[in-house]
Amino acid sequence: MLEIKNLHVQLEEEDKKILKGVDLTVEPGKVHAIMGPNGSGKSTLSYVLSGRDGYEVTEGTATLDGQDLLAMEPEERAAAGLFLAFQYPVEIPGVGNMTFLRTAVNAQRKARGQEEMSSTEFLKVIREKAKELQIDAEMLKRPVNVGFSGGEKKRNEILQMAMLEPRMCILDETDSGLDVDAMKLVSDGVNALRDEGRGFLVITHYQRLLNHIRPDVVHIMSNGRIVKTGGPELALEVEENGYADILGEAV
Amino acid sequence: MALPQVKLDATEARLAALALPAGGSWITAAREAALARVREMGLPGRRDEYWKFTRPDTLVQPEAPKAALFSHDEAMPFLDLDRICVVFVDGVFDEEASDDLGAAGIEIERLAIAGAQDIHWARDLYGKLEEAGQNPVMRPLAALNTAFATDGVAIRVTGKAEKPVSLVYHHRSETSDAMLHHVIRLEQGAELTVLENGPAAARFNKVMEVDVADGATFHHVRTQGRDHERRAATHIFARLGTESVFKSFTMTANGVMTRNECVIELTGDDAVAHVAGAAMGDGDFHHDDTVFITHDAVNCESRQVFKKVLRNGATGVFQGKILVQPEAQKTDGYQISQSLLLDDDSTFLAKPELEIYADDVACSHGSTTGAIDEDMLFYLRARGVPLKRAQDLLVLAFLAEAVEEIENPALRESITVRLQGWLERHSH
Ligand SMILES: Nc1ncnc2c1ncn2[C@@H]1O[C@H](COP(=O)(O)OP(=O)(O)OP(=O)(O)O)[C@@H](O)[C@H]1O
Ligand SMILES: [Mg+2]
Repeated sequence: MLEIKNLHVQLEEEDKKILKGVDLTVEPGKVHAIMGPNGSGKSTLSYVLSGRDGYEVTEGTATLDGQDLLAMEPEERAAAGLFLAFQYPVEIPGVGNMTFLRTAVNAQRKARGQEEMSSTEFLKVIREKAKELQIDAEMLKRPVNVGFSGGEKKRNEILQMAMLEPRMCILDETDSGLDVDAMKLVSDGVNALRDEGRGFLVITHYQRLLNHIRPDVVHIMSNGRIVKTGGPELALEVEENGYADILGEAV
Repeated sequence: MALPQVKLDATEARLAALALPAGGSWITAAREAALARVREMGLPGRRDEYWKFTRPDTLVQPEAPKAALFSHDEAMPFLDLDRICVVFVDGVFDEEASDDLGAAGIEIERLAIAGAQDIHWARDLYGKLEEAGQNPVMRPLAALNTAFATDGVAIRVTGKAEKPVSLVYHHRSETSDAMLHHVIRLEQGAELTVLENGPAAARFNKVMEVDVADGATFHHVRTQGRDHERRAATHIFARLGTESVFKSFTMTANGVMTRNECVIELTGDDAVAHVAGAAMGDGDFHHDDTVFITHDAVNCESRQVFKKVLRNGATGVFQGKILVQPEAQKTDGYQISQSLLLDDDSTFLAKPELEIYADDVACSHGSTTGAIDEDMLFYLRARGVPLKRAQDLLVLAFLAEAVEEIENPALRESITVRLQGWLERHSH
């Protein structure tokens, strides 16, 4: 469903190449993990896929269910079913969490030609899902991410994902900053969404997350490229030996 | 000191186009005294420090510049509120459209009628706060108003007023030049809300003097703008007694020239004064908030929250001062003025000032200019919120701190709806 071919990306502002030919395909129902050293381009890949400004694609393609992602506005990509759980979720003072989520859910529905969710239905659904993630009602009323702890922000990302029910979910280091219990909550949230029609791309530095969210495929990214692809055992190898061996091999 | 010739000429040219309205002896005396103040000060000119950011020419010139009437069908605000309506069309009282003031349950009278009487309570207020407010900064347009205002309302409240008084201004003539002057007295422990809305005239000069006695509470919510070409110079003068509360909020959308001055003196201990404004301008919009708050008493709180959203070359001005006198210990003063520039063509000019002569005070002020935060915008869009909607959400979020100054939820909601309406009409 997500198909990335030979993707080359550089910064718009300066002549700095970050992605240097990424090839990656995520099939429906599968969980792919990406690991890789700091600065290798993992977040950049997630931003380029979701349409953030500031990057220039110089070569290659990225499609979701055959639609050219790179030609779409960020909101169109979201409506097409792409979701990015941010590595650093943004605080938005003055915009209530509930208002934001309801606006987002209904905007996506509208874009897909579906009927909007009524406020009673929305309330019912969000209360249920928030409860599962142990997000209390008071947090829902606050402005988006304002005053949330690091872990609360990550749980809020998963709540948004659960409400929006995207087809293709990209999670950028959703596990970093989470305590053991929160990691379990978040993983349960992700696992609850796993189904045949949905794909996941999980960016992480730690094998631990992958004990909860079992990946089908693990990729290693280095210096703007996927340098190795394997099964879950690849993550164990990284955990034990670091990147040196793998990167040495790949060069 | 003799006035410069240019100022003298401009002042006399303006005065030549005006005649003192007829009235009883007390108001005539007040008008003549005010006229003498105008002659002494001269009307504002381009060289005046206090008018550095706003050109007073069109507010001072003898004839009102022509202003086209509002052309879209947005309903007036506050329509569904239970209120006492007092309607002025181009500055002229409209009896038909107004509620029966005799049955209002509070003392409310037209200035034209109050001024014709030999004895009236308004005598102790009319022009008095304006005169006191001329020092240390001159406000000649307010003195001009005291001299020449043709009408207005005089309101006196002794208890809790059940309904808000709603001053509704219509603009129906493209060349109208209106001056209204309101005097409002809240006796000890009284409570009153005053609403104002509407474009009023092609050119509008308005003064509102509010005397808030000990323990009284005054709320003021105003919307202005609407007819884009109209010009307005408004002044609020307020005097606050012990443990009294004064809260004023103004929403301004549209307007080639608006200068809103607010002059507040906290004279009794433990008084609270909040002034807030949310302004949104597009194109040749010029909006100036000028605030001067004087703390004379102990343990008072003042708060100024002004937010402006500007696009397509619009200009926003903020001049705000907190003056803390030596005896005003434990003053809590807060002032923030911020602008959100939606493009590179717009301008925000700010002059925040603190002048403090007491040692035990907590005062803060800040002024910022910024654009819509790209990271926030992307975050919203990445969740599927369309660009325009995402921008509007962030604009409203920016204005929120000012809008939240409105205590009454229904009024706050009605202002929010209008802000949204404006945003929808003015696409980015
Ligand atoms: N806007 C930018 N300006 C300058 N450099 C940038 C920008 N965006 C990314 N980079 C650089 O591109 C490289 C890849 O960054 P990216 O954030 O994608 O790495 P990452 O793999 O997600 O790292 P981490 O594991 O630390 O999150 C880094 O060297 C980073 O400094
Ligand atoms: Mg990263």
